[in-house]
Amino acid sequence: MHILTSGFRAIAGICAATLGGALLAASAYAATPSELLAGYVAQSGQAAQPARGQEFFTTKHGKDWSCASCHSAAPTVDGKHASTGKVISPLAPAFNAERFTELAKSEKWFRRNCNDVAGRECSATEKADVLAWLLTFKR
Amino acid sequence: MKKQAQALIRYAQIATKNIAMVATNVILLITGTVAHADSDSGVRVPLLPKYAQECSACHLAYPAGFLPAGSWQRVMGGLNKHYGTDASLDDASVKEISNWLKANAGTYKRVREEPANDRITQSTWFLRKHREGEVPANVWKRASVGSPANCAACHTNAAQGNFNENDIRIPK
Repeated sequence: MHILTSGFRAIAGICAATLGGALLAASAYAATPSELLAGYVAQSGQAAQPARGQEFFTTKHGKDWSCASCHSAAPTVDGKHASTGKVISPLAPAFNAERFTELAKSEKWFRRNCNDVAGRECSATEKADVLAWLLTFKR
Repeated sequence: MKKQAQALIRYAQIATKNIAMVATNVILLITGTVAHADSDSGVRVPLLPKYAQECSACHLAYPAGFLPAGSWQRVMGGLNKHYGTDASLDDASVKEISNWLKANAGTYKRVREEPANDRITQSTWFLRKHREGEVPANVWKRASVGSPANCAACHTNAAQGNFNENDIRIPK
């Protein structure tokens, strides 16, 4: 029974990794926020937790800025770039239809901004949590 | 032809400060050799779409003619540490933008010098035009301005590459 279960888990893991990989390979194509979330969840190997995403978004991670420093703690309204002052439109897809519709773009911004905020890349789990939280906002 | 004449008239109206400069620029305009943005002129280089898309995500797409080629080269070579933030891009985009900046960098007299930290706002011409007598120190501290890099706070048509003095509105 144990062997069967672990074998099943391994297959599920491979499927998830393949799905994640397929999504990454299709980076130039349009996607929906839900599809991007599914990709991050698959890579992460665990269910996304919106509350943990909010926590990550609004707290600092050893550097000067949090995500909220530029995006505002409420992702349904405009934020303001902490150094240039440029207005940044809302991150929550329900309030800005352009958000999370292209994997390459999401990956570019996660890569840069996680480096600014945490001094490292974000894990798939962190990305899934944040995106899941952003998707809880409805009009 | 009529268009060119109108442009010339507008151009002459705008640049009333320095007659010598107007003469030089009018000659350049007639001979069609103006290729670079000049903060006083109506002559602007259309932005490379990739440059506009990537750079104006965080700040105004500054006119390429505001920095010399050497400065732009350093800026593009250090995007992962870009004035306090990671602005790194894929190699193809870096190459495309770098080539355009190199081709359109400032070469005229006042932009030839590479400013400290390759910051437009540290250029001699920028500091002179924004000195205390021109822009009171408290203006820079206003939340509506925030940073000297925030051109559009006062230069209302900066996003279109227009820094005409007639379009300046200093916010409260």
